[in-house]
Amino acid sequence: MACDAWREKLDAYLDGELASSEASELSVHLRTCARCSGDALERVLLKRSVAAAGKRYEASSELRAKVAKSIGAKTHREVSRSSGWIWKLLVIPAMLVVILSIGVNLYVSRESARRLRVYGELADLHVATLASSTPVDVVSTDRHTVKPWFEGKIPFTFNLPELQGTDFTLVGGRVTYIAQTPGAQLIYRIRKHEISVFIFQDRDADMVKPSSGANHAFSFTMENWAQNGLRYFVVGDISTDDIQALSKLLRGAG
Amino acid sequence: MAVYAIEVPDQRLPATTFEDLALPLFDQLYNFARWLTHDTTEAEDLVQETYTKALRGFSSFQAGTNFRAWMYRILRNSFLSSRTGLKNTVVFEEEEQEPAKDTSTPESLLIEQANREIVQQALAELPVHFREIILLCEVEEMSYQEIADTLAIPAGTVMSRLSRARKALRSVLREKLQGGRHGV
Repeated sequence: MACDAWREKLDAYLDGELASSEASELSVHLRTCARCSGDALERVLLKRSVAAAGKRYEASSELRAKVAKSIGAKTHREVSRSSGWIWKLLVIPAMLVVILSIGVNLYVSRESARRLRVYGELADLHVATLASSTPVDVVSTDRHTVKPWFEGKIPFTFNLPELQGTDFTLVGGRVTYIAQTPGAQLIYRIRKHEISVFIFQDRDADMVKPSSGANHAFSFTMENWAQNGLRYFVVGDISTDDIQALSKLLRGAG
Repeated sequence: MAVYAIEVPDQRLPATTFEDLALPLFDQLYNFARWLTHDTTEAEDLVQETYTKALRGFSSFQAGTNFRAWMYRILRNSFLSSRTGLKNTVVFEEEEQEPAKDTSTPESLLIEQANREIVQQALAELPVHFREIILLCEVEEMSYQEIADTLAIPAGTVMSRLSRARKALRSVLREKLQGGRHGV
């Protein structure tokens, strides 16, 4: 492909939006073409300058408080208004329902609290790892290096997927713990975003087992599933699509 | 650190989770609003209006779709229907569909010399439809699909509009840098 054709794709490449096969070809081209790589460098510098310059304005704390209050107040108003309706219409049946379902509710709320706790702990682990000066103990993009490193450190083994042809790269791994249970934490990267993959044994009774599927915790997206006696959690501040793409790769390898 | 999990799977989100989802976006939305309006009071009104509208429409928000893009879309639509926004509507409507062939080299813009202030001036001078797409891509790091959702345009248009916007930005920057050098 001629330089002009490649340069048309440079922005999409630098934005992480080029299909992986084309991205690989373009990256090979950039290594051999000084003109295009110079062009790419200038575009990267511009992107960085704009990213820094664009974070310009800060809202006043008064506005933040005002907005928080307005949505908080409205939320509560809506809740109380709707409760009022239900109370007026269904006063006696509602009391019966409350009495009969009290046991179920207790169970559900306990389960819900357990789920909240495990998601919270995983989000904390993810953030704490990224904030650490040594986020991973084994630094390697090679799955054949990372996987054996865990041998003898955790009481199970697992398989990692081949990432060639995908946008994901493996950064490394470390041993982690949740509810006194040892597990593996792997860090992957996509478009400057880090993702944590946690793997634990699924048989431990104390290990919380949330229902499988995608969830959101604050700005984090999470996916979890059980496979071959192991429970996988994928956590990152990226789109559900990206989380699911990585989860699919992991499922395929496991 | 307390992190509360909000499950989004099958149903629409309950109203009590709106605050948890929407408040973390406050700083970004305000920054974006200021860039659109160039005015503190207007930006503050815009952010408040956005939160009010979003809360009101939250029951219609489809779980599984992108909440951030939804909030930005509300903010942007509110801006477009404001007095300042209406002035920009004409520019918004001239959307070209053919791919932008921007193969020009940035001609040694010496971006490293373009300090933050010059880049901010150049951004501020861009037409709003160029400014917003650059901010969504570079500052908010949105994917092309997210930008398409926010701006309600096809994903293919994102790439061409972004390309034009960057070209325009480089052109403004080039003028500023050359002007600065001549002035010395």
